[in-house]
Amino acid sequence: MGTKGKEKIITVLFWFSALIIIAILVGIIGYIVVKGISAISWDFITQPPSRAGKEGGISTTIIGTIYLTLVAMILAVPFGVGAALYLEEYGRKNTRFGYALKLTAETLAGIPSIVYGLFGFVFFVIFLNMGWSILSGGLTLAIMILPTITRTAQEAVIAVPQEYRSNSFALGATKWYTIKRLILPAAAPGIVTGIILSIGRAVGESAAVILTAGSSLGMPLNITDPARTMAVHLYILAMEGISMERAFGTALLIIVLIVIINYLANLSLRKLARQ
Amino acid sequence: MKIKLKSEEVKVFYKDFQALHGIDIDIYENRVTALIGPSGCGKSTFLRTINRLNELIQGTKTEGRIYLDQKDIYSAEIDVVALRKKVGMVFQKPSVFPMSIYENVAYGPKIHGIKNKAQLDSIVEKSLIAANLWQEVKERVHKPAAGLSGGQQQRLVIARVLAVEPEVILMDEPASALDPISTSKLEELIGELKKNYTIVIVTHNMQQAARVSDYTGFFLNGELIEYSKTKELFVNPRDKRTEDYITGRFG
Repeated sequence: MGTKGKEKIITVLFWFSALIIIAILVGIIGYIVVKGISAISWDFITQPPSRAGKEGGISTTIIGTIYLTLVAMILAVPFGVGAALYLEEYGRKNTRFGYALKLTAETLAGIPSIVYGLFGFVFFVIFLNMGWSILSGGLTLAIMILPTITRTAQEAVIAVPQEYRSNSFALGATKWYTIKRLILPAAAPGIVTGIILSIGRAVGESAAVILTAGSSLGMPLNITDPARTMAVHLYILAMEGISMERAFGTALLIIVLIVIINYLANLSLRKLARQ
Repeated sequence: MKIKLKSEEVKVFYKDFQALHGIDIDIYENRVTALIGPSGCGKSTFLRTINRLNELIQGTKTEGRIYLDQKDIYSAEIDVVALRKKVGMVFQKPSVFPMSIYENVAYGPKIHGIKNKAQLDSIVEKSLIAANLWQEVKERVHKPAAGLSGGQQQRLVIARVLAVEPEVILMDEPASALDPISTSKLEELIGELKKNYTIVIVTHNMQQAARVSDYTGFFLNGELIEYSKTKELFVNPRDKRTEDYITGRFG
């Protein structure tokens, strides 16, 4: 067979792989939409669940999800980005400490979430006596996503051209000024990507959350209140055979919520970067 | 003629490697001083001792004294930020920041606390005019600087340096990434700038050194071999090594 023929076959094969990926994605989302759309109504979104979720809506779990994710992000983002900035801009390069931190971050990123859940349960819920609460769950999720945020922020900061720094310093800028005005804006898209990935993980997490935030159907008001997130609600609805239709409805809303949160995160952080 | 900068026994070490072996040089005010020599001879390293930029490289040690207006810039009471405000630097590769032309020029003044918009506007315009860029960009100062050509970017970088009102401008092979037309524009600009500034330029290009500078120093293996008026150095080099270099026998 000639070179041209081979090229053609390879092109078709790659095209086919791309097609399969798209088909799977569209298939799953389409299936969830078809199965879940009938459960969704205004009441489903705005009413609290009753009779263990058989009736009513899922409003408390939506609030629980947003609340928990927000707490996790507020805890994890400053520390993650701060650690990345320390490692790349302040700390000495190529030290054992930096290497150890990089290795730790990568190892931590690979630990299954249920292990984090177990740790959070023993440490925050029982040992620190925080009980099943937004706080325990938020702390556990924060620890879980911290490695991802740190590593992506680190990569984003590394990718900022070295010349920006030397030019800025040569103009008399301090490190902090350079970071604030040049490095962070230039690294923002990369950092936002890490944050969005982490939001996705936090919103979708069930195992670690069930062990640390509990599965109460009440409306979480205080940070010390327990809460059930949408993912946990979905799990319980499906596992206990309460209602498959409502489980799919919840799944659909999780996807919608993630899309909305990503959009907002993108928008606000880009705006922040421009200032 | 007033001596603006004076170095005494300047030595620089990168870990175990000694890059400069005691440099003594007088640099005159409102003159262009060119530093020439083959790659790795220490001319750029010396340039970076004048604004203490070498300090940013881990494992670098500098010895000796450099006086700017009779004040030792390596003494403990010197504030590096204030020093770098007085001694600006233009790098080899024009590096515009990912922001508008205006913001690039205003970057430096803002570091030094200028916030007033009218004042910034006037600094930006003045600096762009002084860098011979105003005519080309005045309609689009709020557009991203990345849209400028290479030569324009280098002049923007110079405008950014001028905006902090330095007294000395260090240039590290500023034309090496530019095409011939942009290079001649830059050389013309250097000739204009020396009226108000003291310029030290590192260059690979001997014709350029001959064209733009009043004084020339020849560096080799971390030593200053010869330093004199540019004409003298190129016409009547005293040292055999200088002669070999400028006649193209090595380097």
